[in-house]
Amino acid sequence: MDLVLINLIDGLVTGLLLFMLSAGLTLIFSMMGVLNFAHASFYMLGAYFAYQISTYLGFWMGLLIAPLLVGVLGALVERYGLRRVHQYGHVPELIFTFGLALLIEEAVQFVWGRDRVPYEIPEVLEFTAFTVSGFAIPAYKVFMLFISVAIFILLLWFLTRTRVGLVIQAALSYPRTVEALGHNVPLVFMGVFGVGTALAGVAGVIAGPVLSTFPGMAFVLGSIVFVTIVIGGLGSLSGALVASLLIGWLTTFAKSYNVRAEDLLNAIGISTPENLDESLWRDLWTITSPQIADILPYILMVLILVFRPHGLFGKRDA
Amino acid sequence: MNAPDAPALELAGLRKSFGKTEIIRGVDLTIARGERHAIIGPNGAGKSTLFNLITGRYVPTSGSVYLNGQDVSGLAPYKINRLGLSRSFQITNIFPRMTVFENVRCSLLWSKGYRYSFWHMVGRSRDLTEATDAILEQINLTARRDLPAGVLSYAEQRALEIGITMAGGANVIMLDEPTAGMSHSETEYIVNLIRDVTEGKTLVMVEHDMSVVFGLADRISVLVYGEIIATGTPEEVRADPRVQEAYLGAALEAEH
Amino acid sequence: MTDATHNTARSASITFGQFLPWLVSALFLLVMPLIFPSNAALTIMNQMAITIVFALAYNMLLGQGGMLSFGHAVYMGMGGFMAMHIMNWIEFHELPIPLPVLPLLAGLFALGLAMIIGSFSTRKAGTVFAMISLGVGELIAACSVIIVAFFGGEEGVSGDRTYGLPFFGIEFIRQIEVYYLTAAWLMISAVLMYLWSRTPLGRMANAVRDNPERAEFLGYSARWVRFYSFCASGFFAGIAGGLFAINYEIVTEENLNLAQSGMILLVTFLGGAGFFFGPIIGAILFTLLQTVLSLQTEIWQLYLGILFVATVMYFPGGLAGLLMMHTIPLRLGKLHLLFVPYLKMLGPALLCVAGFVGVFEIVFHIRNAAPGDTEMTLFWITFDSHDVLPLAVSIIAALAGFWLARRVVPELSAAWTAANTPDTERLI
Repeated sequence: MDLVLINLIDGLVTGLLLFMLSAGLTLIFSMMGVLNFAHASFYMLGAYFAYQISTYLGFWMGLLIAPLLVGVLGALVERYGLRRVHQYGHVPELIFTFGLALLIEEAVQFVWGRDRVPYEIPEVLEFTAFTVSGFAIPAYKVFMLFISVAIFILLLWFLTRTRVGLVIQAALSYPRTVEALGHNVPLVFMGVFGVGTALAGVAGVIAGPVLSTFPGMAFVLGSIVFVTIVIGGLGSLSGALVASLLIGWLTTFAKSYNVRAEDLLNAIGISTPENLDESLWRDLWTITSPQIADILPYILMVLILVFRPHGLFGKRDA
Repeated sequence: MNAPDAPALELAGLRKSFGKTEIIRGVDLTIARGERHAIIGPNGAGKSTLFNLITGRYVPTSGSVYLNGQDVSGLAPYKINRLGLSRSFQITNIFPRMTVFENVRCSLLWSKGYRYSFWHMVGRSRDLTEATDAILEQINLTARRDLPAGVLSYAEQRALEIGITMAGGANVIMLDEPTAGMSHSETEYIVNLIRDVTEGKTLVMVEHDMSVVFGLADRISVLVYGEIIATGTPEEVRADPRVQEAYLGAALEAEH
Repeated sequence: MTDATHNTARSASITFGQFLPWLVSALFLLVMPLIFPSNAALTIMNQMAITIVFALAYNMLLGQGGMLSFGHAVYMGMGGFMAMHIMNWIEFHELPIPLPVLPLLAGLFALGLAMIIGSFSTRKAGTVFAMISLGVGELIAACSVIIVAFFGGEEGVSGDRTYGLPFFGIEFIRQIEVYYLTAAWLMISAVLMYLWSRTPLGRMANAVRDNPERAEFLGYSARWVRFYSFCASGFFAGIAGGLFAINYEIVTEENLNLAQSGMILLVTFLGGAGFFFGPIIGAILFTLLQTVLSLQTEIWQLYLGILFVATVMYFPGGLAGLLMMHTIPLRLGKLHLLFVPYLKMLGPALLCVAGFVGVFEIVFHIRNAAPGDTEMTLFWITFDSHDVLPLAVSIIAALAGFWLARRVVPELSAAWTAANTPDTERLI
């Protein structure tokens, strides 16, 4: 039971982290109709910027400044890159953001090298917040949780209480209406792109120290984020939240409980073949849940697409 | 299946709602073979929605559409098309990056029996090329044959749209505002073209230009707020007091 | 944008003009080993051929069908894995399968996989298709470390192509034999893919790409048109995989992961997705860049990334598009108007690029060279990378080149307009 609680907390942290990325991605997609392939690259930039700043000014200034820098960079990318490509259509837009993701990875390697950088948890947070029957919950995890929830509340306030937020909400539910506004709202587009990438930046700042900061971190998390918003339904914020949490818990639980496929198959009445080593299916028998934890989101996505093509909460086509 | 004496098109109790709003509120209509039928009505009456219901773009909330006696309600557009119904669009809907010739040829492929073939060469099928050129001749676009369709003038694109629509040999042709946005002389040209190419076919059209409607249609239906308030010959409809009321009312509202 | 071959439809027989490019290509493939007979050159040419087949297959989706895939390496990789297994079975069970048919079997296997995946992934085009292709690609790439029986884990699957039956006395021990086998498959695949684009299905793929809704109202299900294109593309990608297996005798996870899928997107787009021959140019250029540039500089992928993003932003038609932009001036007989402005642009542009390359290389050297190693060579000049002078010269060259290039732009665009405007006077 205690292990369940630990896993619930761990999964929640992962899920909310995912949501910080998928929320920005969803906002951008709903407003501009473009799926920002480079979204996770901005998350990576957040981590690297924060690392660089933290070497001079400490972790907290990094937390403050890095997301802003990422947001400004995102806005610039929208203004001088995406807006230009927009005229060619959605597929070139997607190719552009893909190229950007490649370029950012190369640029990061150029500036910071191929190895991980020593971006660490600040010392003030290096203690155990509390223990649940022997399992330590580090303070940093609580801090991540706190930041994620704070961001979530801020986003909610922004969307429901500000003018721009209401425009964005309108865009979420009536895409055509805002399409009709079209080019009259380039500033909103730029702003949304900036805010979305800044959110990704925040996620990078707080995830960098625990998930390690290295040039491949964008592609590692990136694919999962795309899978998340497909599962949640493209363009649905609540779908993104539910899918993020679902994936967070799913992978966490799969990793901590060592369920073996052999046991499962035996349990449903299929007995293990005697000469397992020679069977073509031998790998199927020896699979364990921690092994496949990382690909569970993809399997979930394929299943969702086969049985519910619009995703969990999606209503419209992309 | 394909009853020879069945009407070309029959709508029975057709309804369509979007959310809570009912746009089409029970339409019954029978269109005989070879008839030229126009659907008119004030803006927002649901003419385009009705068109989209018949052609499979929308699925009816209730009621049925019969094409040559066969129930086609809720079928996908491509299935309805294969059963002999073809349509044009209010906003020009062609393949802008392909040549005029290819636009027409693509619309011939299915009806010529090529289906999803990957063992025929389109360039080597003489029947296909000849049929395409014949249609280009008919819609007077032979001179534009090898230009990308996107560079044609508006009137030429509308003509091409009509060509694409009737190329497949469908016996029910549906045209959605074929003269929208055209000058007087262009309209005249297109009307003549429509009259030529739909010879012997069933034509259903939505149109705003009354001179076009009265010049072309055998019978007219008046759609107001999702219901047909009158159907008849142009003279009957013109004389109908309900139609005058609906139209005058709408016209007065529009002026304010 | 489309590969409109004018007037071909009017003449029902194949004209010499249509046939000529294929004949030239075949002759070219035949004589290339005589000009470059070294094994290293043959290896590069084989790699080019494989990339060409893969890129052409990819362009059946991207260019002709309008489907952007982020996971197409899966079909090439799976074809490659299957080919390796068959190669090993041939050796183990002494099956009477000659090596040259291996790519076909690999293609058929990839076709089967494409049919399964395509059955749900082609329901939609655009963003949804792209995301599904990414997810499925990642799924299969991730499976490759779990399902060891088929993927061989991290070492992959390897074999030996020479243990099979000799094919008319050829045992495929020598590189030249493999080259001709690869070249033959390249010709076959390219011709078939070209012919595919001229079939009713190939034409409808273009129609569905441009306007799926209109195509539906012409009797075609957009989804099935996409599905058939997808399967065909998977088949030819599988052939490329089979050729890869024969050439390298090893297939690993790297052959089907996201990086590989991204590579082929890059190759196809750089070459130009709008024309049939675009991916061919892209594949040749990319392989050359990869082999030549990677010997010269460690940060070649950075340059490639910049080139790619610049292409998407400024030349969405790719190289082929850029070339074909000149058909109108050519037809008007005004191509000569562009020579001088192009030459004027070339100098400053080269200066600017060289300057930026200098800055990148010097900075990279300062940061990454072993401590104490300050000597570097760039553009055949050896200097001290920690000196201020080379960096300053590079920066000045970059800025000056940029400034000069911008000054030529008005002249260039004026010349471009002139070259594309027909002489009306002459007609009157």
